[in-house]
Amino acid sequence: MDLNRIDILEQLNKIFVELLDNEEIRIDEKTTQNDVEGWDSLIHIHLVVALEKHYKIRFTSKEIQSWTNAGEIINSVLSRLL
Amino acid sequence: MAVLGDTATQFLVQALRGTGFDFGFDLIIFEADFDQIERQVFDTASELYKFNPEVVIIFQSTHKLLNKFNKLEIKQYNTLADNQLKLIDNIYQALIRDLKTKIIFYNYPEVNDSVFGNFANKTDSSFLFQLRKLNYEVMQYASKHTDFYLCDISSIQNQAGKSTMFQPSIYINSEIVLSIDILPYIASRNLELISALYGKFKKCLILDLDNTIWGGIIGDDGIENIEIGNLGIGKAFTEFQYWIKKLKNRGIILAVCSKNKESVAKEPFEKHPEMVLHIDDFAVFMANWENKVHNIRQIQSILNIGFDSMVFLDDNPSERNLVKENIPEIVVPDLPEDPADYLEYLYALNLFEIASISNEDTDRTKQYQLETLRTEIKKSFINEDEFLKSLKMMSLVLPFNKFNAPRVAQLTQRSNQFNLRTIRYTEKEIESISLSKEFYSFSFTLEDKFGDNGLICIIILREMDEINLFIDTWLMSCRVINRGVENFVLNTIGQFAREKGFTNLIGEFIKTGKNEMVKDHYLNLGFKQKDKLWILNVTDLKNKKCFINSKENGFEQN
Repeated sequence: MDLNRIDILEQLNKIFVELLDNEEIRIDEKTTQNDVEGWDSLIHIHLVVALEKHYKIRFTSKEIQSWTNAGEIINSVLSRLL
Repeated sequence: MAVLGDTATQFLVQALRGTGFDFGFDLIIFEADFDQIERQVFDTASELYKFNPEVVIIFQSTHKLLNKFNKLEIKQYNTLADNQLKLIDNIYQALIRDLKTKIIFYNYPEVNDSVFGNFANKTDSSFLFQLRKLNYEVMQYASKHTDFYLCDISSIQNQAGKSTMFQPSIYINSEIVLSIDILPYIASRNLELISALYGKFKKCLILDLDNTIWGGIIGDDGIENIEIGNLGIGKAFTEFQYWIKKLKNRGIILAVCSKNKESVAKEPFEKHPEMVLHIDDFAVFMANWENKVHNIRQIQSILNIGFDSMVFLDDNPSERNLVKENIPEIVVPDLPEDPADYLEYLYALNLFEIASISNEDTDRTKQYQLETLRTEIKKSFINEDEFLKSLKMMSLVLPFNKFNAPRVAQLTQRSNQFNLRTIRYTEKEIESISLSKEFYSFSFTLEDKFGDNGLICIIILREMDEINLFIDTWLMSCRVINRGVENFVLNTIGQFAREKGFTNLIGEFIKTGKNEMVKDHYLNLGFKQKDKLWILNVTDLKNKKCFINSKENGFEQN
């Protein structure tokens, strides 16, 4: 795992803590939507917009639907940053 | 309030609630389920009617309208706007039939499907043609229907750009048509409208002069060198002055607050041929070397309106900060450095929201000027009574009718200080009061030798039983304080109550943050306190001293 993935995961965690207003939350690359209480479709939209804003990128609508775990979100971000 | 949308509105509701707090509202919001506008509105057993909101927000999106259009037969393309307007009318009629509510309808931000190119403007079967027609027709509709208001989110899209307003990937995934970034702006525009509906809006614009309404410093540069009209960047100031003039024409009171010698400050208004604003556009002109906080306090005491209804424009950041620190209620926009940017900046702030206008708005400045004149003349009288007598005051007393209803409703919405119970009424409610057997209504005008103040006092009486007549509303415009109007009004309603066979007038004072001035109103008029109410026996009530004569008219209550 290179440093970039760790950074993005860190950022993802920060966003989740803020969105769900829960300091306890810890996600890793394997975390799925089902593992996190409160990660519903609306939080998902917030997450998309927060990542897009932070990294100044835009995801396609397909990507937004396709992620099955946090690792895939990181893949998407990374592919746009390269 | 209730929010009904044909797209997902969760974020919008969140934004409205949050922004509500910034505007001083703790909004209780009923959010209908997704795409339930018709079901909620046309079924009077729905949650909407149980919730019984004061305000209903209807947000039909352009995208759903486009979906509707897409499914039409080719021959029906040109019927979209008319049919949609019919639906809007049905919604409105259903809501006002069973709810006592104001309706806020979001207009349609433009989507051009580019099927016809520019030709879309030339053919009524294009979506763009129908969309623009609908936006226009719904304005016509709003102008003819009370309690139906438009929240202009289309103009927000014009300001922010469609790419900021709308994010396709989010729309495809979620049925959300408003981007998260634009929501604070939409919510603000909506809350500005709600604030105005609830009587919170700006009434007065206070202006600095040098480098604010003209370029340069009149005291240093002289009248021939200030920038206005063709000189230098004078065009920016000319256009700015036209904007200010339009505000004045629609009822905003203008005042000057400038560090200058008065005669020097007035010179451009009197002599410069390219000035748009003139001395008589201003209700108060404060040019001196006192600090601006002091001067603005003076202006406030002359106009007798709250600081929170004032806006102060000054190019100088340190003057602005001084005013902001000392008078936190007043709005002090941070004008951009370049005067060329003034207008665009102020347009976007949308400071001058209003929920209704009446004829009296347009000559308000004149009335405040007359008040200043009266204050001057009063100084020459030693005896207050002599002064009041010299004014030769007349009042026309009329029940509510369809001509005065807009102004009556407006006064109930706006009056905060001299208002015993601060009950707000819409125009429609005022009309129904005028037709009700249970209520008796009175509107009072006041004119004197200087001019006409128009409608200045409202009384609504409600029959409690055969003996007691309750004063539901007693409010008065602060312009006419200290002229003995209270006595004249009491004489009028006392006599009315007696003639109708009532024994008592029952008054009540409901304290708000703003009506401290009338806390002893009923005590001063001789009412006796009983628990929370005030009672006055009218059977052998003597007329109180007053110097106002009744203008003859055919006064008759239903």
